[in-house]
Amino acid sequence: MTYITGVGLTSYGKHEGLTSLDLMSKAAELAISDAGLKRGEIDGILCGYSTVSPHIMLATVFAEHFGIRPSYAHAVQVGGATGLAMTMLAHHLVDAGVVKHVLVVGGENRLTGQSRDASIVALAQVGHPDYEVPLGPTIPAYYGLVASRYMHEYGVTEEDLAEFAVLMRTHALTHPGAQFHEPITVADVMASKPVASPLKLLDCCPVSDGGAAFVISREPTNAARVKIRGCAQAHTHQHVTAAPALSELGAEIAIAKAKEISGVAISDVRYAAVYDSFTITLAMLLEDLGLAKRGEAAARVRAGYFSRDGAMPLNTHGGLLSYGHCGVGGAMAHLVETHLQMTDRAGNRQVRDASVALLHGDGGVLSSHVSMFLERA
Amino acid sequence: MDKPADWTTGHEAIRYQLCGACHQPQYFRRGFCAACGSTELTEKRASGKGTVYATSVVMRAATPETRAHVPYNIVLVDTQEGFRMMAHGATDLKIGDVVTARYATFTGRLVPFFEKAI
Repeated sequence: MTYITGVGLTSYGKHEGLTSLDLMSKAAELAISDAGLKRGEIDGILCGYSTVSPHIMLATVFAEHFGIRPSYAHAVQVGGATGLAMTMLAHHLVDAGVVKHVLVVGGENRLTGQSRDASIVALAQVGHPDYEVPLGPTIPAYYGLVASRYMHEYGVTEEDLAEFAVLMRTHALTHPGAQFHEPITVADVMASKPVASPLKLLDCCPVSDGGAAFVISREPTNAARVKIRGCAQAHTHQHVTAAPALSELGAEIAIAKAKEISGVAISDVRYAAVYDSFTITLAMLLEDLGLAKRGEAAARVRAGYFSRDGAMPLNTHGGLLSYGHCGVGGAMAHLVETHLQMTDRAGNRQVRDASVALLHGDGGVLSSHVSMFLERA
Repeated sequence: MDKPADWTTGHEAIRYQLCGACHQPQYFRRGFCAACGSTELTEKRASGKGTVYATSVVMRAATPETRAHVPYNIVLVDTQEGFRMMAHGATDLKIGDVVTARYATFTGRLVPFFEKAI
């Protein structure tokens, strides 16, 4: 049995002058204090990576910088799925008795630490160096390819995708830490600059600075009782050229295993936190996970199903699309928000019931997946 | 492994490997078959014919060299030989179009460029 005992999150957007280590430290401090622990009680550290300041031993560098001497520490790299993959590993390490309190931390000054072009170039390297990268694809193009096929097979339209951008923006409006605070409409998304068809600027998450952290413990350390019920991964390919058919992607495999391990059914879930690097990512994952039927996720957005007061509130902080995306920390904000919702600390964003939550992360081009169920004990 | 004489090395050809054991074609070159592990691979030259699986026209490129080519269409093509590949294509290509490859220059390199088969 393991618990998420503390969470920490900075605002996302510009943090001029702060390094990746600074942002990781801020988030870590918040999470440890939220758990009611002292730094010295943390005996395990899992951290992600920083594209701005790459290092072969980032967890050790962070431990020294932060001033702790853990008995277990290393970095984890699974692209956008890193946050949940670290949480899954922390769960197993704690459950196996290897460590008592694992600090999971991610943070990066991806916006102010490098140019947006440099960021796009760095990320495009997830492509195959010989067979893809020489063709000049961008991350939006990889997802644009998937979007074109998904729209073709399931009759999804660009207006449908726009609904997800509007929903995430609507949610971000109520979170002071979000990168974007201007309301947008479907028409605004449709009129935004083309990036890689069918995706336009507002279909894409921004590049941000920010940090997020949590503590995974064997026993509760405070009043919060958020238990990890079960989690699972799936990795079907790395490069989009080698991706399987849409009906055989990893999200469906990971969620099936997570359901089996945890004994939780989709009908038990009250809150959803789903990776949303692009509008198409969110639309596809919701349908792969069984939170909407094929081609029907957008209709559920329009009907208010995924709104704060709907039957399945989704990414109430605004997601990657509008809270922001600072790399590894990006999707960790989804878990922080889920924790706040599950412990009735989400303020004006509080949903009625977040007793059971489903989280899902995706790395690469729908390449690596982690599904996880949390339950309020 | 020797570099193949195909578009990735500046030659006007698309090449793939065919497994002698399980008969699976593979596009990303390796010393073994990723489907069954066999090393009985035969080098083959593809016909350049196929069907469009997916498309995305890049309007915002990330480097000065690629920006000079905007807009350019990134396509995934299911080849007649049974493997999928990424390439460039005419900007009016639609999913399901039957296409054939010619070659174009992109950022000073040779790349396969698919057009509707006539």
